[in-house]
Amino acid sequence: MKISEIAQLVDGVLVGAPVDQFYEVEKAFASDLMSDVLRFNMDNTVLITGLCNNQTMRTCEMADIRVILMGRDKQPDEDMIELAVDNDITIIKSRYSIFKLSGILYKAGIQPLY
Amino acid sequence: MHYTFTIERGNFADAGQASSNVKRTLKQLGVDPASIKRAVVALFEAEINAVAHAYGGTIDVDIDAEKVMMVVADEGPGIPNLELAMQEGWSTASPQVREMGYGAGMGLPNIKKNTDELKIDTKVGVGTTVTMIVKLV
Ligand SMILES: Nc1ncnc2c1ncn2[C@@H]1O[C@H](COP(=O)(O)OP(=O)(O)OP(=O)(O)O)[C@@H](O)[C@H]1O
Ligand SMILES: [Mg+2]
Repeated sequence: MKISEIAQLVDGVLVGAPVDQFYEVEKAFASDLMSDVLRFNMDNTVLITGLCNNQTMRTCEMADIRVILMGRDKQPDEDMIELAVDNDITIIKSRYSIFKLSGILYKAGIQPLY
Repeated sequence: MHYTFTIERGNFADAGQASSNVKRTLKQLGVDPASIKRAVVALFEAEINAVAHAYGGTIDVDIDAEKVMMVVADEGPGIPNLELAMQEGWSTASPQVREMGYGAGMGLPNIKKNTDELKIDTKVGVGTTVTMIVKLV
């Protein structure tokens, strides 16, 4: 599924790096614990999280994560958006809860990481 | 090539900057992406630990054609029971550290998994030195 399709499904707002039209999201992983995220191969995987700080961005940089779905109406600050742009990371902001976001993506055919 | 970085005490806003720099350097050198990821995940976890559990320190990185060697040395409380600390899920992270997104107790196991060689020297009341080697393919 394309990044823009996901943004539409969650009534999201896009910030950070411009959307890569060719990037395919196949899987999702939801966590607020960054070392949990760093355990996995995150290729073609969207990170669903409510953690909104510089460490979210650094973790995605190290894990080669290209798309973050940021729930609970969290608002990334300028620092975070700069880190996102520098590292080719697109952030989809949504006011929905993590559970709701996970449900919407699951229903749309996105696979769990495990 | 040798690189040195300083880790500032309690600075969570900038924690990870050294790992970010190393990632950029490895990319520029044309190192394969899988090796880059292993090296930077291990370095990042060690860098965060030095901020989260200790009072900052230094990072030394040496890169040659065969390997990346990374040494993270902190001044801090040390690790009283290393065997316990290496277990998945074991953490003494403070509420403040948890708020930053850490405290899963997965950092040291992640370091172990992503390195070819790992040595941890730690002394209670003095500090911890984590030496990591990732072989390049
Ligand atoms: N540099 C250090 N100085 C002092 N104690 C440390 C250091 N690194 C790790 N520890 C101790 O070992 C424990 C386990 O470390 P580990 O990195 O595996 O998990 P964590 O940092 O608590 O959580 P996570 O890394 O998953 O966010 C820590 O909670 C802490 O008690
Ligand atoms: Mg840790």
